[in-house]
Amino acid sequence: MNTSGGEITVHDKHVDYSGAKMGMWLFLFTELIFFGGMFLLYAVYRSSFPEEFYSTSAELHRTIGAVNTVVLITSSLTMACSITAVKKGDTRLSALFQLLTILFALTFLVVKYFEWEAKIGHGIYPGSEALTAQGQGKIIFYSLYFVMTGIHGVHVLAGIAVISVTMAMTLKNRINKGDYIRLENTGLYWHFVDIIWVYLFPLLYLIG
Amino acid sequence: MTQEKETATHTVSYRANLFVWLALLILTAVTVMVAGIDLGRQGILVNLLIASVKAGLIVFIFMHMKYESPLLKLMLLMTLGTLTVIIMMTFLDTLYR
Repeated sequence: MNTSGGEITVHDKHVDYSGAKMGMWLFLFTELIFFGGMFLLYAVYRSSFPEEFYSTSAELHRTIGAVNTVVLITSSLTMACSITAVKKGDTRLSALFQLLTILFALTFLVVKYFEWEAKIGHGIYPGSEALTAQGQGKIIFYSLYFVMTGIHGVHVLAGIAVISVTMAMTLKNRINKGDYIRLENTGLYWHFVDIIWVYLFPLLYLIG
Repeated sequence: MTQEKETATHTVSYRANLFVWLALLILTAVTVMVAGIDLGRQGILVNLLIASVKAGLIVFIFMHMKYESPLLKLMLLMTLGTLTVIIMMTFLDTLYR
């Protein structure tokens, strides 16, 4: 559009693609250090109470953890495919892939809910009588289990919210072949959440 | 609204995505099997190694890091380096106090 007085032509909205992406990565770096602190606690306490961590880990349901790992890995696949689709100009397919990602994320949370439910049903939750009567290492393992999977779960919830928004934008063609950085950044966040679980699964479920 | 050249326009194919997914599934199966055999203290190291290979696949292909600028790669490396230093310093403290 030309402004009056023969001034410079104003182009359409400026999109700083690499700036937007770098901003997202910077946020993910802070997230990495945030989760890193919890992994650090885990590592130090594991070296202080190796036997108790070993035996308590065996009380977690390995199959359920493995199923949730597969669910989350598959959600990463559909997320990656939604970006491939939008870059090829197929926005409807991209929105469908995003819907699948949300469904897998919900599946993950439902499985997680039943897992927590079972533990809490047995009186095991932070501060519970049954748990505080146990050895120190066991109390710490379960505390780390609930805090780490809990905060990870909150991230999954946030992911569902953000992907819902990008899905709506994709359907309205506001995310399209020419402008898809918001979908890409959402994807980065989602894959990050997946990576955290990739480490949580062996550390919590498989060491026993 | 022009997207920036190569890094932005490179599209990871459906086929590549599918291969990464398959590799992640296989590595998940391997990590569960490794946990099944009793490797004692070494077991957790093997599992962490497998987890890191999985994380690497996700970062490089799904998160597109393979096609990003050297600057972004360096930033990732510095963050991981910082985390490593924090972990090492904590262990130097807790193991020798």
